[in-house]
Amino acid sequence: MTAKLRLRGVRKRFGDHEVCKGIDLDVAEGEMVCLIGASGSGKSTLLRCMNLLEPIDDGTIWLDGQDISEPGLDPQPVRQKIGIVFQSYNLFPHMTAAENVMLAPRRVRGLSRDDLRPKVTQLFTRFGLGDRMEHYPDQLSGGQQQRVAIIRALAMEPQIMLFDEITSALDPELVGEVLDVLRDLRGQGMTMVLATHEMGFARELADKVCFLDAGRILEQGPPDALFAAPREARTKAFLSRVL
Amino acid sequence: MADTSLQPRTKERAADAPTRREVYEAGVRRRANRIALISTVSVVLAIVLLVPLAPGWEAVQRAFFNGRVFAATFPGLLEAFLLNVMIFAWSAPLIALTGLAIALCRDARAPALFPLRLFGIAYTDIFRGLPVVLVIYIIGFGVPGLGLPRPWNSPYIWGTLALVLVYSAYVAEVIRSGIDSIHQSQRSAAASLGLSDRDTMRFVVLPQAIRNVVPANMNLFIALQKDVALLSFIGPVEIFRQAGVYKSLYANFTPYVGAALIFLALTIPATRYADYLMNKQNRARS
Repeated sequence: MTAKLRLRGVRKRFGDHEVCKGIDLDVAEGEMVCLIGASGSGKSTLLRCMNLLEPIDDGTIWLDGQDISEPGLDPQPVRQKIGIVFQSYNLFPHMTAAENVMLAPRRVRGLSRDDLRPKVTQLFTRFGLGDRMEHYPDQLSGGQQQRVAIIRALAMEPQIMLFDEITSALDPELVGEVLDVLRDLRGQGMTMVLATHEMGFARELADKVCFLDAGRILEQGPPDALFAAPREARTKAFLSRVL
Repeated sequence: MADTSLQPRTKERAADAPTRREVYEAGVRRRANRIALISTVSVVLAIVLLVPLAPGWEAVQRAFFNGRVFAATFPGLLEAFLLNVMIFAWSAPLIALTGLAIALCRDARAPALFPLRLFGIAYTDIFRGLPVVLVIYIIGFGVPGLGLPRPWNSPYIWGTLALVLVYSAYVAEVIRSGIDSIHQSQRSAAASLGLSDRDTMRFVVLPQAIRNVVPANMNLFIALQKDVALLSFIGPVEIFRQAGVYKSLYANFTPYVGAALIFLALTIPATRYADYLMNKQNRARS
């Protein structure tokens, strides 16, 4: 079976600090992979490498068998296929929610607002934000903003979605509404990679959980196996701290 | 009196009565206001009483605060001021556009655009490093000196160019600081959606950057309004020059005071408004 997204020996350093020290990972079509691990273990950087926001220093990344880590490759077509949602939402504060969502499809895919309106309205409605389309980000709660950010990424119709600790900045009572969106996407068969601290959620829905430690995937496997019977001492120690 | 609030309270406070802290703070505020009032009144009194005692006061009053000359020249000064407003009105948009273009030059990242970047840096360095009046002299006298035919030797054209050159360099720096103030995560978000660098700048970074630097740019345009008077050195009879003409005519300096009042009538409200915008922005940020 060929993986949708395949990483081999991925290395990334910032200055003297090597954040990813040779990562191997396969993500199959329709699979949901959760990256867990302490802060600074390299989860976020790994996600940013996957959609080429950070160029990798060594190793290879294939998307559908195409080497997308080749230096000099135009990253834009790749980024259209791999959406990412950030911990801090990163909505454009000077645009309404609907304009945030429509900007990229308009500019990159050349669609008009009229073309987009029905689909965008449908996305907002699906995620419970039908009456928030004309609001500006600062008029929305954190959970609503994060849902808009997810819709913004989905509007480009990506084949893979990356989520970088998207509930970490939210008040606890708002986490649920964002996780519901992920559940919905999971049900639709979206290929997803999540960096997350929501262990319960990872256990419930992930196909595969990877424990990152100091820039390496120390252990990976189905959630039940990894959470119930971790092999590595460091995985055990981490899980005992967070569970 | 303020001291009462310092005495211990024994009775229960009514629900709508001020708290101990509120009473104390009101007392402090009253005392501060009283001190400010007393010191202001004494300074003003000192000036009003002491300055006329100076030996030359009679002469200064005749030369600078002459009611008759003021009444005779003020309408003419106002009319001349219209020229300042006009020069300002066509210079300001040119400065804004040129400043934006230079700021974008300095932000160019592609290697092929390096000359543009170099040009932007040289431009801002040179024109921020020269006195405005010097640039006006060099361009205002130098270019028409090439023997250009009318109307291309007009001091309005070359004076305006001089103002645009100098002020757009400052505006460019302000806009660039605005661009730098937009967090990298906004560019990341735009890039992750597949937007090009160009579109990211145009739709994501610039609209936010320009909004952030409106107050700072307003201060520059207030300074520009004053510096329009420097064009008088190369010909145009605007308010400063007109005041000079009246001064010679009446052998009296009052027209300069009149001109100063006209400038202040415009610049003080504009400055207050810029400060208000700046404070509002600072509050929004904190």
